[in-house]
Amino acid sequence: MFIINCPYCGERDQTEFSCGGEAHIERPKQPTELSDDQWAEYLFMRKNIKGVQFERWNHAHGCRKWFNMVRDTSNDKIQAVYKMGEKPPVK
Amino acid sequence: MSKNLRINKNNFIDQTTRISFRFNGQKLFGYKGDTLASALLANNIHLVGRSFKYHRPRGIMTCGSEEPNAIVQIGNDPSLTDPNVRATEIELYEGLEASSQNCWPSVNFDIGGINNFLSPLLPAGFYYKTFMWPASFWEKYEYFIRHSAGLGKAPTKSDPDIYDHQYSHCDILVVGGGISGIISAKLSAEKGLDTILIDDKSFLGGSTIYQENECYKINSVNSNKWLANEIESLKNYPNLLIKNRTSLAAFHGYNYLLARENLTDHLSINERKGKVRQRLWKIRAKKVIIASGSIERPLIFSNNDRPGIILSSSIKKYIDYYGVKTGENISLFTNNDSAYETAISLKKSGVKVNVIVDIRKNSNSLIVQEALELGLKVLWESTVVDTQGYKRIKSFEVMKLSDDGNSVIGNKAKHNCDCLGISGGWTPMVHLFTQSGGKLKFRNDDNVFIPDENKTPSDQISVGSCNGEFKLNEIIVNTIENLKSFLSLSNTCYDGIKIICPDEKSKRNIWLLPSDKPVGKTKPFLDFQNDSTAKDVKLALREGFKSIEHVKRYTTTGMGTDQGKLSNMHALGIIADTTGTNMGELGTTTFRPPYTPLTFGAIVGRNVGEFFDHTRKTAIHNWHVKNKAEFENVGQWKRPWYFPKNGENMQQAVQRESKAARDSAGILDASTLGKIDIQGTDASEFLNRVYTNAWSKLEIGKCRYGLMLNEDGMVYDDGVTTRLSENHYIMTTTTGGAANVLSKLEDYLQTEWPELDVYLTTVTDQYSTISICGPNSKKILAKIVPGLDLSDSNFPHMSFKDTKIRNVNCRIMRISFTGEHSYEINIQSNYAEDLWIKCMEAGKEFNLTPYGTETMHLLRAEKGFIITGQDTDGTLTPSDLQMDWIIGKKKFDFIGKRSLYRSDTIREDRKQLVGLLTDDPKEVLEEGAQLVENINTKPVEMLGHVTSSYFSPNLNKSIALAVVKSGKKLKGKKLIVPMENKNINVTITDTVFYDKENKRLNA
Ligand SMILES: [Zn+2]
Repeated sequence: MFIINCPYCGERDQTEFSCGGEAHIERPKQPTELSDDQWAEYLFMRKNIKGVQFERWNHAHGCRKWFNMVRDTSNDKIQAVYKMGEKPPVK
Repeated sequence: MSKNLRINKNNFIDQTTRISFRFNGQKLFGYKGDTLASALLANNIHLVGRSFKYHRPRGIMTCGSEEPNAIVQIGNDPSLTDPNVRATEIELYEGLEASSQNCWPSVNFDIGGINNFLSPLLPAGFYYKTFMWPASFWEKYEYFIRHSAGLGKAPTKSDPDIYDHQYSHCDILVVGGGISGIISAKLSAEKGLDTILIDDKSFLGGSTIYQENECYKINSVNSNKWLANEIESLKNYPNLLIKNRTSLAAFHGYNYLLARENLTDHLSINERKGKVRQRLWKIRAKKVIIASGSIERPLIFSNNDRPGIILSSSIKKYIDYYGVKTGENISLFTNNDSAYETAISLKKSGVKVNVIVDIRKNSNSLIVQEALELGLKVLWESTVVDTQGYKRIKSFEVMKLSDDGNSVIGNKAKHNCDCLGISGGWTPMVHLFTQSGGKLKFRNDDNVFIPDENKTPSDQISVGSCNGEFKLNEIIVNTIENLKSFLSLSNTCYDGIKIICPDEKSKRNIWLLPSDKPVGKTKPFLDFQNDSTAKDVKLALREGFKSIEHVKRYTTTGMGTDQGKLSNMHALGIIADTTGTNMGELGTTTFRPPYTPLTFGAIVGRNVGEFFDHTRKTAIHNWHVKNKAEFENVGQWKRPWYFPKNGENMQQAVQRESKAARDSAGILDASTLGKIDIQGTDASEFLNRVYTNAWSKLEIGKCRYGLMLNEDGMVYDDGVTTRLSENHYIMTTTTGGAANVLSKLEDYLQTEWPELDVYLTTVTDQYSTISICGPNSKKILAKIVPGLDLSDSNFPHMSFKDTKIRNVNCRIMRISFTGEHSYEINIQSNYAEDLWIKCMEAGKEFNLTPYGTETMHLLRAEKGFIITGQDTDGTLTPSDLQMDWIIGKKKFDFIGKRSLYRSDTIREDRKQLVGLLTDDPKEVLEEGAQLVENINTKPVEMLGHVTSSYFSPNLNKSIALAVVKSGKKLKGKKLIVPMENKNINVTITDTVFYDKENKRLNA
């Protein structure tokens, strides 16, 4: 069970949060111009890697804010949390 | 058989407090401080159970949580009895009743013991191989397997005991109260850190506290005296919490640990009343110090499982700590020096030690010298090849080992004994370390897996023998040194500490000791609880199993309640030897929590009885109860389902309610619908993006039905949204979807469209909604809001009015989910019940009939209105629902738009919503029933299924909605609904059954 450092509230138990999957997948600005394949890429394709992963998290039972997190899935170490719209620390 | 094997010498047992207990019905005595095991041994009872597969007699083998054999059932009370309790851990209390498990009719005469003689027929994988064939026999086999393989008996009544949970946060958690744990706790507390020390025993000090031996000195006093002083000094630290009888169950990520504290299991039944039995500690520690110690390994030789064969260190504890002789003619069998400590303790306590069999060529450490000086006889470079004695060891046979250790040579010598101590070296307890994510490395020197300091999760450290340090000086010096950096200490109260201890130099390890008989004719047990032998492991390898995880499951080695604590290493060693692999490359099996079994009571704590889940009731709930509503659970909500009158059943009540609503007037509590208040200068744009239809042009004061999709184009939720003012809307959602819709909208606002000026507030609970429908609804509303102009021109369908009812603000929407002329009054919840009663009074002359969810569903089905979640299941697009009219095709974008013309979503043979009429108008279909065209083709093609089905009193016939492949094109087609006993003929129709012209909306 992680301790997650919500960028708005501070450290809280993982049970207060929900995970929203891979981060930095921007909704296409002009979906109508995309081919079926391009749209499917946005819609369905998500990475599930062993190692450093960028994820969206929501402080669902707290401030209800969405934010991003860099987590190493092999040891659950959270390397960074940052607000939506902010640049990821390293890629 | 009954004998007193207690000596009077020790400081640990209160020999003035005698305790009576029963074992298998026999009344016995022990002392306060005993475990059940020590008390049984004091009464000369070794035989305590039968093994799992062969039902071989088994005795107490250890003195701790690794015990594989002495597993007993405590008590007879159907609500309190406790199965699978280790006799080595349970403390004796007045009135304790224990009985053996896995034996029938008794431990001395056990029918399953016949398996022992059949054992050549019961090799590894026996169950898998034999009972798989023929498949139809499985039920018969299972009956016998269950009967003969049963472990303890579960209680049959609910547990009356109290269990507790407690959260705790600390700077440092020290796990284990042996010498390294004590030093760690003191250093941490000395630095002023908030420290918790837990230990599973009733006393602190581990094995050092009873190490009364001149060979071990710390600062010139015997190590046990030094440690006793250290433990005493811990009392001086108010920032140190010590928890005895507390065992760590699990070590999760981020230093979140679960520990179970036993509070009453050592008390007599009378003393337990009203007290918490066990407490589960949920600990968040900034740093964790693991000092979980090590356990002694057995040696693997033929018939090494007889009662009376005990780990050498356990014999030492029984004599030194409990003052109990485990026999009167004891021999020892070892591959290391620690058995000599046992021999010395026994000798000094006046117990006859016959011989020490040592597989090494020699050893000249201090401790061996002392043993030799005491006159103990050692058989060097020898091994035990076999043992005799059915219910208790009587003798053992010794032969010389060859140089390479692969075989035995010379003559066989037989030695009599009543107890054989065995010592195969030590295994660090790395379970917690690996549970936390740490990785192990293998040390070839002494064949141990130890924590890899480069693969240790942060903020934890392993110290002492669980870290592979076995010599007293190493344990102390390394613990202090490691903690200096771990706790950032510059100097410590232990600086300059002087330690004297023996130095073991000579080592020899043979995983499977040779015998004069071929392996096939021997029984060298590896897993004592599951009866797997070295032979089984070798067989598994011959049959092609290579991975240790597979061998473990195939042979069941390490799968008992002891989780292979004793012999996992031997299994690995034998695999490595047989396959010519290095043990380090082989790796270990995974150690999973809990470290020792937990009771369900401890896991659930006080969370028993009713669920904590919210029960949501509307503000009008009390009226519904008073008026005999039957309720339906909708998510957390309790909604009136129907209101039976005069003994009506559901069918009768629903038919009456439905008819009344269309003939005159019906009233529904619609308060549970989700309500989201939407404000901001971009509110209209926001709605454009989340709904499929267009919103910008919706006039203030008007309502509009909206359909919300997922990004994949599938229908997600629906509801009516009203424009209250230029930048202010109120959205309604389905009852079940309310929370998810809000989350989804927040997600888009925060992550995709942060530029939009929109604010969302859930107001579901703040407003209650009363819906009045039917041809007389207008007349009723006129009585309640006399000043309001209800004419169609002033207050048309799909519009709303802000008004007051008796000075209370309310919003009235003229919207309809039934197809009738209908109003929804939204009022602050605390006025809702009062308003409902006023409506009932006003409606009395019009037979205003309260109706519940079932009638609501029926009425909307007559009109072909969908219920998301009932007629949809996340695989239907608006077009599939024949709702193409709601797609704003001119809109640039909305959630899910692009998906509506993916190659898959434009397929014409998708399942589509249709209406169904049964040929027999009285026949009501079952929801979920399948639809087929041709019953005779095989396989029968499933075309779809029924989603909603009712008998309509207003049409006097059965109606249904269904999804059917290519349904849109199949209007008029006959299909079949095959049921268990009959086939029902149906015809595909339009989805609207009633008032197709929508005349009644304005009636
Ligand atoms: Zn927060």
